[in-house]
Amino acid sequence: MDFAGAYSADHLKFLLDGLYVTLIVAFFSIILSFVIGCVVGIIRYARVPFLSPIMFVLVELIRNLPLLLIIFFIRFALPEVGIRMGLMAAAIAALTIFEAAMIAEIVRGGLTSIDKGQIEAARSSGLGNFQTLWHIVLPQGLRRMVPPLVSQFISLLKDTSLAVVISLPELMHHAGIVIGHGYSYAIPTLLLVALIYFTVNFLLSLLSRRLESREN
Amino acid sequence: MTDYFGLYMKGFLGTTLSSTLALAGSFLIGALIAVFRITTVRGLRWFGTGYVEFVRNIPLLLVVYAFYYGPSALGFPLDGFTAGTIGLAVYTSAFIAEAIRAGIMAVPKGQMEAARSSGLNYIQTMQHVILPQAIKLVIPPLGNQFINLIKNSSVLTIVAGLDLMYFADSISTETYRTFDTYIFVALFYLVLTLPLSYGVRVWERRLQRN
Repeated sequence: MDFAGAYSADHLKFLLDGLYVTLIVAFFSIILSFVIGCVVGIIRYARVPFLSPIMFVLVELIRNLPLLLIIFFIRFALPEVGIRMGLMAAAIAALTIFEAAMIAEIVRGGLTSIDKGQIEAARSSGLGNFQTLWHIVLPQGLRRMVPPLVSQFISLLKDTSLAVVISLPELMHHAGIVIGHGYSYAIPTLLLVALIYFTVNFLLSLLSRRLESREN
Repeated sequence: MTDYFGLYMKGFLGTTLSSTLALAGSFLIGALIAVFRITTVRGLRWFGTGYVEFVRNIPLLLVVYAFYYGPSALGFPLDGFTAGTIGLAVYTSAFIAEAIRAGIMAVPKGQMEAARSSGLNYIQTMQHVILPQAIKLVIPPLGNQFINLIKNSSVLTIVAGLDLMYFADSISTETYRTFDTYIFVALFYLVLTLPLSYGVRVWERRLQRN
């Protein structure tokens, strides 16, 4: 084990460059998958004819496939039918599709957990369907979704590492390159990278606890 | 595509074998960690909490790399399938530990008190009163973890672990038909995961009704 060699200035800078790509990809994927997941989740909750069953099938299919397969598919199979994307775009697209399906289920679950009496009360005080959803169900549902949403975002951040299969220059990819320079670097590098992921995710979960306590 | 059916089946078996072995391993480790987390021994509780928090917050691929590159660095290299399966088991055990702990905690406290005051000791209470009730609650999250294991076993391909994705890669480079190959592979995964998802949902509904 060569800690000094593994933690040389060049290697550290190289790993930080990887972390930067990881964070960028995670950031855009979180925002996009949250927006899409909310829309799909609401559609599934609202039981729109045609649209809701289609969303149900799509969500079920995506949730039951490996993310790695989706990443591969977008990067290597879609160009065969004329859809080409850069590395970063392919990674963000795959993560967004996969995580949006997960988030849609969280959103639907949060909305259906709202007491039926609330909806009946809102409807009988003269609110329309959409108003009831917007003013009564969504605000309460969102509050309940915070903990599962944050753990989904933590999963997403961890899942960015799967983009090594398309050689996206993120943290795990760079860790792999450092290890490739010599097996004596393997254990020190993996320890450091584990610590980096742990710290980022731990901060995210602290944020979730903060949000929860504020809302109660 | 049918020429390669043998290769697909090889990958399918690799994926199934790895996920099943990893499920057994992660259940054993997870149960042990769950026990650590609910004992009154402070040292064990700290260890259990530390293990769960640490493992849950790092990527699966990192755990797999640790069991792939770590042993190589120490002079006893493991092959991709073994390293990958051990990595999967260790990673999943943290989630299973939490599921088991939550199941035990969900059994009302009065049950423990009642059993203890009717003269059962702690082990007897666990074995005859708490665990039989907890196991029913633990089955759906365990099923979900098994689904995750099947999907996650695809990371084996990164360390040449002879799973479905690994063979898919070699088939698609040989045939130049990437699109068809991955659609086919997706179907193989769905054959495993969709019935399991359905089973989990049915069980959950049954629990809700009771």
